[in-house]
Amino acid sequence: MADQSPQTKTDQDGAGYWSANIRLIVISLIIWALVSFGFGILLRPMLAGVAVGGTDLGFWFAQQGSIIVFLLLIFFYAWRMNKIDKDFGVEE
Amino acid sequence: MDQFTLNLLFVGASFALYIGIAVWARAGSTSEFYAAGRGVHPVTNGMATAADWMSAASFISMAGLIAFTGYDNSSFLMGWTGGYVLLALLLAPYLRKFGKFTVSEFIGDRFYSKTARMVAVICLLVASITYVIGQMQGVGIAFGRFLEIDAFWGLLLGSCVVFAYAVFGGMKGVTYTQVAQYCVLIMAYTIPAVFISLQLTGTPIPAFGLFSETVDAEGVKSGVYLLTKLDQIVTDLGFASYTEAHKDNLNMVLFTLSLMIGTAGLPHVIMRFFTVPRVSDARWSAGWTLVFIALLYLTAPAVGAMARLNITDLMWPNGTNGEAVSVETIESDARYDWMATWQKTGLLDWEDKNGDGKIQYYNDKSDAMAERAAANGWEGNELTKFNRDILVLANPEIANLPGWVIGLVAAGGLAAALSTAAGLLLAISSAISHDLLKGQLTPNMSEKSELLAARISMAAAIVVAVILGLNPPGFAAQTVALAFGLAAASIFPALMMGIFSKRVNNVGAVSGMLAGLIFTLVYIFLHKGWFFIPDTNSFVDSADGALLGIQSTAIGAVGAAINFAVAYAVSMSTKDTPQDIQDLVESVRVPAGAGGAVDH
Repeated sequence: MADQSPQTKTDQDGAGYWSANIRLIVISLIIWALVSFGFGILLRPMLAGVAVGGTDLGFWFAQQGSIIVFLLLIFFYAWRMNKIDKDFGVEE
Repeated sequence: MDQFTLNLLFVGASFALYIGIAVWARAGSTSEFYAAGRGVHPVTNGMATAADWMSAASFISMAGLIAFTGYDNSSFLMGWTGGYVLLALLLAPYLRKFGKFTVSEFIGDRFYSKTARMVAVICLLVASITYVIGQMQGVGIAFGRFLEIDAFWGLLLGSCVVFAYAVFGGMKGVTYTQVAQYCVLIMAYTIPAVFISLQLTGTPIPAFGLFSETVDAEGVKSGVYLLTKLDQIVTDLGFASYTEAHKDNLNMVLFTLSLMIGTAGLPHVIMRFFTVPRVSDARWSAGWTLVFIALLYLTAPAVGAMARLNITDLMWPNGTNGEAVSVETIESDARYDWMATWQKTGLLDWEDKNGDGKIQYYNDKSDAMAERAAANGWEGNELTKFNRDILVLANPEIANLPGWVIGLVAAGGLAAALSTAAGLLLAISSAISHDLLKGQLTPNMSEKSELLAARISMAAAIVVAVILGLNPPGFAAQTVALAFGLAAASIFPALMMGIFSKRVNNVGAVSGMLAGLIFTLVYIFLHKGWFFIPDTNSFVDSADGALLGIQSTAIGAVGAAINFAVAYAVSMSTKDTPQDIQDLVESVRVPAGAGGAVDH
């Protein structure tokens, strides 16, 4: 759902800021889906060889690992975005 | 001091605390009533949102569902936490920048349409009220069990308490009360789990204990992992293995996705992010919320697995290949007292079908067990009833923990159910007074009468929830699934498109929301019965029997996809959005210039 409205300089700055944001969101959501739907469910058979405390890695991702990754993702995004805010001069 | 007095003491003391805080923080203006004057720190806000979010479903019900199904119910764990990633990345900062009080205000303004706002209000009301019914059911059961009164009186007493602090406190009262509730519920959840983890694995952290070796009474490692042992004993009794997958991938993925999107679309959670001072705080706040939620969610799978192990050990004290526990032991041994207590609630029962004086607990539907049963003269599973929702509440008793722990769990379970009910009631009352009355019907309403209307609608919502809670439209889990499916299919897509696309217009958003909402509602009714009336369903609610091969709990994700598709298609074939709306979207996307909230 990309939108282009390149008219003024501020708009272009805004577009640069927004596309930086979108890029970060896409990367984060790929990781989000990979650990939960991927490692936790669909790719679990592939990870069956990796033993973790009496079961396999896929089980760990489904019950604990994905939650930990979700947490790291949100803090990573908040930290990166606050930096991007400053780089583009749009912070509060 | 007996257990009844202890329970009363813990529950009473925690209530006195919540009410005290609500009175101390009484709200004055409308701004404070809804959004606590925007002075709430991200950590405080995160803690309160966590209490708001973790309901009777998370606290009382979830570990029990995992305990008896194992891996397949990991969907709850991933779904109810993964939604916060969507919330933090796709909604929270932009809605805070927008700076209005309610979710439907954003939808109404962004889609420049009173109809859009109305449709959003309807979606919010339906989702919130169905959700609050489930909470009221939880309140009734917990009160009934621990105060040893009828569930009906438990429900009435609970609703009075919710009413008292939600109505008189508003959001500010609720925010600080919910911080207190979070502390009570997280202690109540983790303390017994730590005890049990120490008993079984010698590890004080339950999340690590789940993947550790078991230890004997002297603390010597057995060399067998807890999960290996659990898999062994449950399959010995003919049950499905704990760690393997038994559900098809499609349903598991869609169910997880529905819970995630539903989390990010539930109004009482989204509203929380209006109450932080700045846009960057909204981002941090979602992270802090998940930190506090994760403390419970990382413990829950351990609680489930360990409780399953303990129950099986109690039923088969000589090992799964030895003799089962005798009826005499259950009736006389203090370690089995919990069974008699829960039997009174009708949620747990056993019956010595073959009259051998022992209670054999096994899966009588397993072909592999039929041979063993025939050889031993067993005539079916004799632990005839074990309601999954009692597991967390009964857990400290099952593990033979001290009485104060049991009292603490009672207070924690009530805190979870009450705090969510209060948050939902606030979302309902603001939808009615702010969006419906002030936004539509009587725009010239004074601030004072708006506050009054908010309180009256809150009271009305409680009455409706109590009435429906007395005769619920099915199990609490079904009701909650409907709430999630609806939020996922209607609210989340509209909010996301409102921020991420300038092209989606008023007609598109309204048709999208209606398509998603109606599709999901009808699909659920087709499988659960119309308005949940038994036997009016057209399809069996299982992966094999369902219309599209998708269970009704997982359909919200499909509804959301339909919402996106319809909204986009309709928007592309109708007029472009006006310039001022495109400017609005542009301004929502950048944090600069976020002020306090503005009222209409």
